[in-house]
Amino acid sequence: MAEMRMREALREALREEMLRDETIFLMGEDIGLYGGSYAVTKGLLEEFGEARVIDTPIAESGIVGAGIGAAMGGLRPMVELMTINFSFLALDQIVNSAAKLYHMSNGQINVPLVIRMASGGGSQLAATHSHSLEGLYAHFPGLKVVCPSNAADAKGLLKRAFRDDNTVIFIEHTANYAIKGEVPDDPDFLIEFGVANILREGTDVTIVGYGGSVHQATRAATLLEEQEEISAEVIDLRTLRPLDMDTVIASVKKTNRCVIVEDAWRFGGFGGELAAQVMEHAFDWLDAPVARVACKDVPLPYNRNLEFAALPSEEDVVDAVLGMFKE
Amino acid sequence: MTTETTSPAGTSLGAEQLGKFLYEMMLIRRFEEKCGELYTKGKIRGFLHLYTGQEACAVGSMAALEERDKIVTHYRDHGHALARGLDPDRVMAELFGKATGVSGGRGGSMHLYDVSKGFLGGYAIVAAHLPLAVGLGMASNMKKEGFVTLCVFGDGSVGEGEFHEALNLSVLWNTPTTFFCENNLYGMGVPFHASLSTDIPKLAAAYNMPAVSVDGMDVIAVHEATRKAVEHARSGKGPYFIEAMTYRYRGHSMSDPELYRLKDEIEEYRQRDAIERLKTHLMEAGQLDEARYQELIARVEQVVDEAVEFSEQSPQPGIDTLYDHLYKEPSDG
Ligand SMILES: Cc1ncc(C[n+]2csc(CCOP(=O)(O)OP(=O)(O)O)c2C)c(N)n1
Ligand SMILES: [Mg+2]
Repeated sequence: MAEMRMREALREALREEMLRDETIFLMGEDIGLYGGSYAVTKGLLEEFGEARVIDTPIAESGIVGAGIGAAMGGLRPMVELMTINFSFLALDQIVNSAAKLYHMSNGQINVPLVIRMASGGGSQLAATHSHSLEGLYAHFPGLKVVCPSNAADAKGLLKRAFRDDNTVIFIEHTANYAIKGEVPDDPDFLIEFGVANILREGTDVTIVGYGGSVHQATRAATLLEEQEEISAEVIDLRTLRPLDMDTVIASVKKTNRCVIVEDAWRFGGFGGELAAQVMEHAFDWLDAPVARVACKDVPLPYNRNLEFAALPSEEDVVDAVLGMFKE
Repeated sequence: MTTETTSPAGTSLGAEQLGKFLYEMMLIRRFEEKCGELYTKGKIRGFLHLYTGQEACAVGSMAALEERDKIVTHYRDHGHALARGLDPDRVMAELFGKATGVSGGRGGSMHLYDVSKGFLGGYAIVAAHLPLAVGLGMASNMKKEGFVTLCVFGDGSVGEGEFHEALNLSVLWNTPTTFFCENNLYGMGVPFHASLSTDIPKLAAAYNMPAVSVDGMDVIAVHEATRKAVEHARSGKGPYFIEAMTYRYRGHSMSDPELYRLKDEIEEYRQRDAIERLKTHLMEAGQLDEARYQELIARVEQVVDEAVEFSEQSPQPGIDTLYDHLYKEPSDG
């Protein structure tokens, strides 16, 4: 075990996997000379050389497409898309090629590709640069979607991603990069996909988050305990596809209440899917309608006050929980 | 493709115009330096991309436009906004996120807009605005309005598909568009030669678009090239491509560790500084003296200080405006 930030844990995962498997290579904008926009790949160019750490032109569709082709050719590429906002330019390749080839070719062609991208708002980058699209990617069958909330998970999940035979969309919330945690140094430390993590046990309400929103959920649980004597169970989904509904449903059957927290917009968002599944599988156990705490239905503004008002906060989560206890 | 270098001495521009160029470049320089200071104080936040070193590109090109013309540019947009005559107070207020800002505090540094000046925006997704410039050209043609669109972008854009799609479409549809590439040698930390297998003007030439490469640290050369390109467009001959060779003195954004270039290189380009060159030229030509130059320094200082003061005093946008401008309603102006 060693204490490190999430960005360093991700770097360790990349290093260890590259040392383990020679077919793994990295490509992306500014991952080499610049050291990575969020310093995840810092030092890897020096260690592995230009053939395995490739600085690309600004050409998202091209590099994802090339990553897919390289995977078809027997390599295990990782493409870093700098931020999720630029993944829109690669959406066709991700959705129409990566997610579809295995099915359409009747199982002849699979695409073992890891696509990493930073996501989330809260840094005053304004509307074009603040997206949370985990739910969008989870919408497409054929993709796996991973969104770690802490350093250890980031490492275990990223290492696991490289051992998958399918395309993994690996989404890193920018607010999580600097969070420190204890990280195992076992080179075979893997975290299985589709296994949610109960971060905190509780009896009165289940709060579900993923990626960045896990932290609002956890802070809200602390506030609820200290100020309201409400015991909240917090679940970190870790992966949206595959999705561990069993853990969520078991928890809701115990607490009888469920609040979903996400940074993305509520309308048409992933929280709606979760709420529907809770309704389908635990309807009779619910003491209140499932609540969703999400981003307000506007593009994220630059102004700090407006951005804060738009993003879901722990106070919003507390309010949602308290609303469930009102008669 | 032709490469043009115009010596300042050979220009037909008068002393008044050149004095204006000098003032505008100095204003942008001071404005940007101030922004850098304000960023470290936390007054400006988010991503901030400074324009110092590239002033001649904005000043020389904008001066070639008429009032009716339109501009779309990238996120390194303060210089273009100021050169186009946007109010420095309101540009600064935008960087402060204030309600008085040109985008009401919603856009920030990368997303400046002032439609009253034909300034249709800073675009933060690389190359996203190139197709928009084609569409604006279609509008100009179909409505017979005769306006030209100046589309400004960095060398990093050339890797994107939208760059190529836009160039092709604009030639096919003969749109009055001036594509203006500020080649500052880097796209973030990637040297331009590592991201393109050819020269930029050759790309335009491949689409049958006339293209020139000019010294982007020579405001007169930039101006004359843009004037020609704009005249070309206005006379119905379609798009024109300018590559302006320039250099940014500061990092890509405020968080750039600058591991990819040497200090010597920055020094080398500072020796070719556009402001210094024009100043020297004007002094040698007897069109500027030290006293007048000091006056200009004082003036830009005052304009920038006032912009900061205005921004400090301006109100924050109200939380009750959060949902404003999501959809345009029939009742909206
Ligand atoms: C589609 C897209 N990909 C990546 C980015 C991230 N990014 C912002 S600026 C930049 C470099 C652009 O370089 P260039 O076009 O040369 O402009 P300069 O910054 O040098 O003015 C990159 C990669 C982005 N904003 N949009
Ligand atoms: Mg550049």
